[in-house]
Amino acid sequence: MNSFLTDKQIQHLYWRTGFGISSSELQLVRTLPKKEIIDRLFSESSRKTNLSLDFGVLEKDPRDLSREERIELRKLRNQKMLDLNIQWLQQLAETKQVLREKMTLFFHNHFAVRLKTPRAAQHLNNVIRNNALENFGDMLMEVSKSPAMLLFLNNRQNRKNNPNENFAREVMELFTLGRDNGYTETDIKEAARAFTGWNFNKQGSFVFRQKHHDFGSKTILGRTGNFKGEDVIKILLEEKQTAKYITQKIYTYLVNEKIDSDHLETLTNRFYNASYSIEVLLREILESTWFYNPEHIGTKIKSPIELLVGLSKPFQVHYKNTKVLLYLQRKLNQVLFFPPNVAGWKGGKSWIDNSTLMLRLKLASVTLNNGVIEMNNSDDSEVSMMMKQKFYKKMKSQMERKIKATPNWELFLASLEFKNKQQLIDFILQPKLSEGAKNVISELDAGNTKNFIIELMSLPEYQLC
Amino acid sequence: MNRRNFLKQSVFASGITLVPSFLKGMELLSPAQLSGYKNVIIIQLSGGNDGLNSIIPIQNDIYHSLRPTIAKKKNETLKITDDLAFNSSLEPIKKLYDQGEVCIVNNVGYPNPNRSHFRSTDIWQTASDTNQYLSSGWVGRYLDANCQHPYQAIEVDNSLSLALKGNQLNGIAVSDLKQLHRTTREPFFNKLVNDTQDEMLHEDNQGYLYKTMLETYSSASYIYETSKIYESNISYPQSSFAKNLKTIADFIISGLKTRVYYSSLGGFDSHVNQVNSQDRLLKVYAEAIGALVKDLKKNNRFKDTLILTFSEFGRRVKQNGSRGTDHGAANNVILIGGSLKKAGIYNELPNLSDLDSNGDIKFTVDFRSIYASILNNWLEVNDQTILGTGFDKLSFI
Repeated sequence: MNSFLTDKQIQHLYWRTGFGISSSELQLVRTLPKKEIIDRLFSESSRKTNLSLDFGVLEKDPRDLSREERIELRKLRNQKMLDLNIQWLQQLAETKQVLREKMTLFFHNHFAVRLKTPRAAQHLNNVIRNNALENFGDMLMEVSKSPAMLLFLNNRQNRKNNPNENFAREVMELFTLGRDNGYTETDIKEAARAFTGWNFNKQGSFVFRQKHHDFGSKTILGRTGNFKGEDVIKILLEEKQTAKYITQKIYTYLVNEKIDSDHLETLTNRFYNASYSIEVLLREILESTWFYNPEHIGTKIKSPIELLVGLSKPFQVHYKNTKVLLYLQRKLNQVLFFPPNVAGWKGGKSWIDNSTLMLRLKLASVTLNNGVIEMNNSDDSEVSMMMKQKFYKKMKSQMERKIKATPNWELFLASLEFKNKQQLIDFILQPKLSEGAKNVISELDAGNTKNFIIELMSLPEYQLC
Repeated sequence: MNRRNFLKQSVFASGITLVPSFLKGMELLSPAQLSGYKNVIIIQLSGGNDGLNSIIPIQNDIYHSLRPTIAKKKNETLKITDDLAFNSSLEPIKKLYDQGEVCIVNNVGYPNPNRSHFRSTDIWQTASDTNQYLSSGWVGRYLDANCQHPYQAIEVDNSLSLALKGNQLNGIAVSDLKQLHRTTREPFFNKLVNDTQDEMLHEDNQGYLYKTMLETYSSASYIYETSKIYESNISYPQSSFAKNLKTIADFIISGLKTRVYYSSLGGFDSHVNQVNSQDRLLKVYAEAIGALVKDLKKNNRFKDTLILTFSEFGRRVKQNGSRGTDHGAANNVILIGGSLKKAGIYNELPNLSDLDSNGDIKFTVDFRSIYASILNNWLEVNDQTILGTGFDKLSFI
């Protein structure tokens, strides 16, 4: 157990459980055994930092507002949703509680909710964060009872004799068992009856409305009783398939989209027997030897948020206009708090189309170097040199106006322990280089560290971690 | 000068553009081949267009009584039949209609309609059931099954809609062709692409990234170089939607081997004071379509073109409290083309005395029947492979 990891393996651990590792952090943890590095990740994340926007007028009872204030309300709501997005994005880039935030990001996609009510959205996000490394069962219960979920999947309209099946269906299909995994349409109908009466009050607290609840007997997944919503959640957690489904998704997120069935079985048992302790599951994965096998390293396509945060973090990039961050999220097809639907972002190859890829490849140069990927070949003729310079100049003037990002290169370069070409490649890029990339790199000059790093980050290899 | 030489020369003349090796075998259509190369243009009116105030049941008492302030008066419309009239903003469409080039299908929708913009758009774009979540679009699956190149489906927009994403092939999104072309001229990427050979590509994620990069590169060059051949001298309206349609016309007339074009016009979510805003948008839509059709006709390509216009849902029949309408269900779909088999009003008008429990129009035609008809009857491919199940085909084409 007291084994040590190579630099590449440490970087792998930090990319999958966070957004990469800084040079100075790497120097520090390199001396620690694997177990201690992992302990460190958990202890850094023992605390929780909730998102806390000032909602001002949105906190007030609409009846106390003037007519003008009410008109402004809708506009304000939309604005606050965007503020919430930016606040979280900045927290992702600055936090020390990296593992917790990374798992919050995972469950943000698992419990994918798209709302126009910022208070509910923030509340749900904090519920997820507070349970992200703790217990999945507790999280499921609290999320199911949150105003955000009750609103989004219409459980407020789910009443005795007039049921709305939306939540009952999704809780099985997307949150616990997974689609077509051992439940029937009848199970959904019966579960919907059990969830009747679940609602929330003006203060945003959960309430059980007796008069809307169907107190009759229900049969769900083979069990019969006068079930309430809480009982359905408990029944779903008793099903081992739920442990398997969640483990499978976490494995895809942290390890590989190709799932090893032996590992999955071991992990599922561990997770289930530990009563859904997320920490137990994560430790089982991270403390294994197979997690660090070459077939898992550098094979995952970074999500837009992983890419954006991974790029900004080491340079502490400051954006003069935070609208740029929203613009980039939109163009890259992942806007925090705005998943495409209740099934969330699909991830993997679906992040990539021709327009997102070209922007992703340009992103490092755009945020860190005014859009310029300066490339000097030894065999350049004077003419092609001039052409390039003209091209760069045009790009620079366009980007400077549009993006207005200020990266801290001095800080980055000062803390960088590596200077030679191969070391920089190994530090910046996780996967093995393609033949094309090898050819290109062989002709590049690593003498100008800044230019060389931009070039490495502009390779398709940088899209992987 | 024949087209191939023309292309070679223009590539050569563009100077620092390196011609990647894979471009050399690129096919171009000769003028003779061009004729008969069928294509579809798909237009989404985003936000949920109010079909009832677009193609109007002008004699229907329920229509007038449920919409006391937003119903159109007879003298504000263009007559189709005694019962039906166009919104006067749709005058260019009316002209095409009179020439037998428009087919209107009423009551198009799907079972258990979803009233969320996002969800219903996904349903229309993926051709899924209401409770089925698909990650590929119907045009994308057409690419998978029947095409070789990403540029055979082009979206003239910033990013690629789900509709054009397949499981193996994705379509190409082009908003500003020059800008896309400029990105592919970036010296660094240029070098990388030229140093990458097809046989280096693996099936893994890294291979996929390189493959997409090469495809973007070749498609961008192909589209850029090929579309230089024709630039329209027809005048289009100033709107950006019209600009997008002009781009599509340039592509078609230049002879791009593209089967499906996709574009959208947004802003139809008319909850408040809808009359002015909807009329304005319909005008933008109709004038742009008018110019597009004129352009295609002039170049003898209209007979090979079919234009499908849809919206993710229609709107509620009863107006709401703010002189607008809320999200509804079934809606009309407009088909425009030079080779329609059945023009005019395809089927029965919406039955306003038999609405669903939300007060919305019930569907009688599944939207996937329209897709199936286009795939089978127009593009001449197997629609079931793409749509999963068989749907009744309509005879408009």
